Amino acid sequence: MRTIFDYRKRNGTGGILPELDVPAKKTTDLIPQDLIRQDKPRIPNLSEPEVVRHYTALSKLNYGVDDGLYPLGSCTMKYNPKVNEDVAHLPGFASIHPAVDPELAQGSLSVVHKMSRLLCGITGMADVTLQPAAGAHGEITGMFLLKRYFEARGETQRTRILLPDSAHGTNPASAATAGFSVTEIRSGADGLVDLNALSGELDETVAGVMLTVPNTLGIFEENIMKITAMVHATGGLCYFDGANLNAFLGHARPGDMGADVFHFNLHKTMSAPHGGGGPGSGPVAVSEALVPFLPVPRVRLDRGRYYLDWEKGQSIGSMHSFYGNFGVFLKAYTYILTLGDEGLYEAGENAVLNANYLQERLKKTYRLPYDRLCKHEFVLTGKGIADGISTLDIAKRLIDYGFHPPTIYFPLIVHEALMIEPTETESRETLDRFAEALEKIASEAQENPDLLHNAPHTAPVRRLDQTRAARNPILTYPFGD
Amino acid sequence: MRYIPNTDADREQMLSAIGRFSMEELFSDIPQLVKDRFQPLGISSKSELEVRTKLASLTQKNAAASALSFLGGGIYDHYIPSVVQHITSRSEFYTAYTPYQPELSQGTLTAMFEFQTLICELTGMEVANSSMYDGATALAEAAMMAARVTGNRKIAVSLALFAHYRRVLDTYCWASGIEIVDIPTVDYRCDFSHVPSDVGGVIVQSPNAFGVIEDLADVKEAIGNALMIVAVNPVSLSILTPPGEFGADIVTSEGQPFGLPPSFGGPLLGLFATRKAYLRQMPGRLVGQTVDADGKVGYTMAAQTREQHIRRQKATSNICTNAQLCALTATVYLASLGGDGLRDLAMLNLEKAHYMAQQLSDLPGCSLLCDAPFFNEFVLRVPVDPKRIRDGLRVEEILVDDPAQMEALGVTEALRFAVTEKRSKEELDRTVDLVGRML
Repeated sequence: MRTIFDYRKRNGTGGILPELDVPAKKTTDLIPQDLIRQDKPRIPNLSEPEVVRHYTALSKLNYGVDDGLYPLGSCTMKYNPKVNEDVAHLPGFASIHPAVDPELAQGSLSVVHKMSRLLCGITGMADVTLQPAAGAHGEITGMFLLKRYFEARGETQRTRILLPDSAHGTNPASAATAGFSVTEIRSGADGLVDLNALSGELDETVAGVMLTVPNTLGIFEENIMKITAMVHATGGLCYFDGANLNAFLGHARPGDMGADVFHFNLHKTMSAPHGGGGPGSGPVAVSEALVPFLPVPRVRLDRGRYYLDWEKGQSIGSMHSFYGNFGVFLKAYTYILTLGDEGLYEAGENAVLNANYLQERLKKTYRLPYDRLCKHEFVLTGKGIADGISTLDIAKRLIDYGFHPPTIYFPLIVHEALMIEPTETESRETLDRFAEALEKIASEAQENPDLLHNAPHTAPVRRLDQTRAARNPILTYPFGD
Repeated sequence: MRYIPNTDADREQMLSAIGRFSMEELFSDIPQLVKDRFQPLGISSKSELEVRTKLASLTQKNAAASALSFLGGGIYDHYIPSVVQHITSRSEFYTAYTPYQPELSQGTLTAMFEFQTLICELTGMEVANSSMYDGATALAEAAMMAARVTGNRKIAVSLALFAHYRRVLDTYCWASGIEIVDIPTVDYRCDFSHVPSDVGGVIVQSPNAFGVIEDLADVKEAIGNALMIVAVNPVSLSILTPPGEFGADIVTSEGQPFGLPPSFGGPLLGLFATRKAYLRQMPGRLVGQTVDADGKVGYTMAAQTREQHIRRQKATSNICTNAQLCALTATVYLASLGGDGLRDLAMLNLEKAHYMAQQLSDLPGCSLLCDAPFFNEFVLRVPVDPKRIRDGLRVEEILVDDPAQMEALGVTEALRFAVTEKRSKEELDRTVDLVGRML
């Protein structure tokens, strides 16, 4: 791949910025010589057509949801409506500085406030902060809230977080950032939290349980009411990882299940784009008991005027420079207004229908370790397809059929996992074509295994050597001069 | 619903293919009690036209949209070349996700490799991650990294930090058990003689919250084994000596000035660069160069063994992604301006800010807060209540920072101005004239 540094151009064409219109001074009259940079950063000077062609060429090496099915499990790669993008780009939103007098930003503040109310409604919970900039950021916000809550109650001996082995991969690191230690709770043969194992760990040293609902197997925790009651009975709190909200959108609310903290991934459930890995938005909803600890500033409404409440009180403080990823939750706000109750219900319903349809068909070819009704996603294993064939081989071969591979090797409780989440924005035809491709790959694995070992064959690059990148990291352009 | 392709007939056939009789059956695993408690939002679906009209009408209530801005404090009103949004609006970029499958993500990965290189070139550091949420969380991650590297959970922090940096730093340090000691200022610059000897890291911002460029030349020597962490204004780096040359261990920044609109404070772009020696301790996603099966150069995520999905609770950070699209924005912005254009940009900011500072300080009773060097932001002392000036300017649709920001830093009767390349001489003169009439 050519980079901009390969152009090696020395002279720019300029013309983007105007000439200086105030009397010019010598730089050394403005800043002392020893603060002035001596060398020039090695950044090439390209003409506009070169820049445009370079990045257009790069874009063509990428695969996005607009290119086709992107069935990454637990990532909810649904279609990103175009109107959302246009709204976020409106100059009347995009140009507003965060430190402006709130009187001059009533439109933006009303979005923050109204979006908070909508997310409270969707979760059935007491209040929401929009500050977290991503799901993982929502997770540590939630962990910080638990920490502050127990500090305020004088229960600082609660230093443990219980984590089912079917929870999301980020959860342990999030708990650790807040200084908690992590105890793993095993799943039963049915893929659900083992209630005895949970009960055995619950005591006065437990701050809370981090649950992923439905879990990473795509299975709804049927005992959810028992689990939350057990945790509450011992004085702990229940954290729900909301990455899988699409599974029960419009059908159920975490607040009604006993959640104390719930984080959204608006870039998943609410159709804001993933951007190649961010920016996201990870609002956190809380139960009544945690409201006093939410981050500041809070956006409040008083007699028709929105204002920022900086009163810290018992708050954990701030989690973001300002009010969170406004431009991202504005897209999610647009989506929720577009869908309304009916659309949210349909989204959840079709997400689950698509997943079950695909699961039913694919389990005839691939082993389905937990064979039961799934929610928005399911997990197959690549084991047993053919000797010497790994899930990685299957995934890479899918690329040749024009599909983005599913999430692989996660969750850890399924060996050689293929975690598939189709979302509601895929048609039955697309699901059929995808299933057909996976079925063909299973035959190829028997008949011509090298076809899989050497895949992909049609991508911009062949299989990349990731070990080499890990062992000998080259993280910047080797200028070599 | 127009985002769902399946028809009722499709759904019927799909249900029967899975041996179910109704959609309700698909949710039979959710306890009845939970379903009974469900309450809808009470809003009906709306057409694209209605939604768009409603949201466009909200922008009418953002009076700030049409105003002339001297607001700064980390977020600046810079010009964004047309190229930038045209490229970042390509859906191959914005509808993709984390490059888990590098063979389908060479566009994102190559751009991130460029981004990391650009940030290293600008900061004078050896390795940069592919971005973080924002400048404030990048700084908080730097504090946690310093504690990790040195095994010392005490950190010295300049009192001349932007308030939002300090707020977020306070939260993260409290939660992760890091003690903060303040570094006082003398003449609005950090007084490093007051850094205790038993800290794991020293955090300084330059230009600082007063706009003053800190003298970083002797810091590294003064702080011993502690990590030197510098938060910078990224635009200043093409004319100011980069922190790397002063021996900085970690450089962080708010990258918004590189092509991102203010967007009411988000999404932003956290920049994070460090030395190669700390590679295994640094947070955030990294992209590295490698080869494919044919020996052709390509890019992939690198050093993932630091990350949460592999290292679990022992990871260097819980962060799973970066601010990818914002980092791409910065990359395209930097490539568009080029090295020479970036220098022109910094010079325009420097010259215009100094011109305005001079004109304002010539007004009766007005003076600059101090005579220390500054870049594109400065503080003016005024002989009247600064709120009066701020409100007076607001009537003329000119925005300056809330004087409360300066009061919080112990400076009264003062106003902070940020001047970018977007402000013309005529706008600067008119603003100075208006301030003069309010004295």
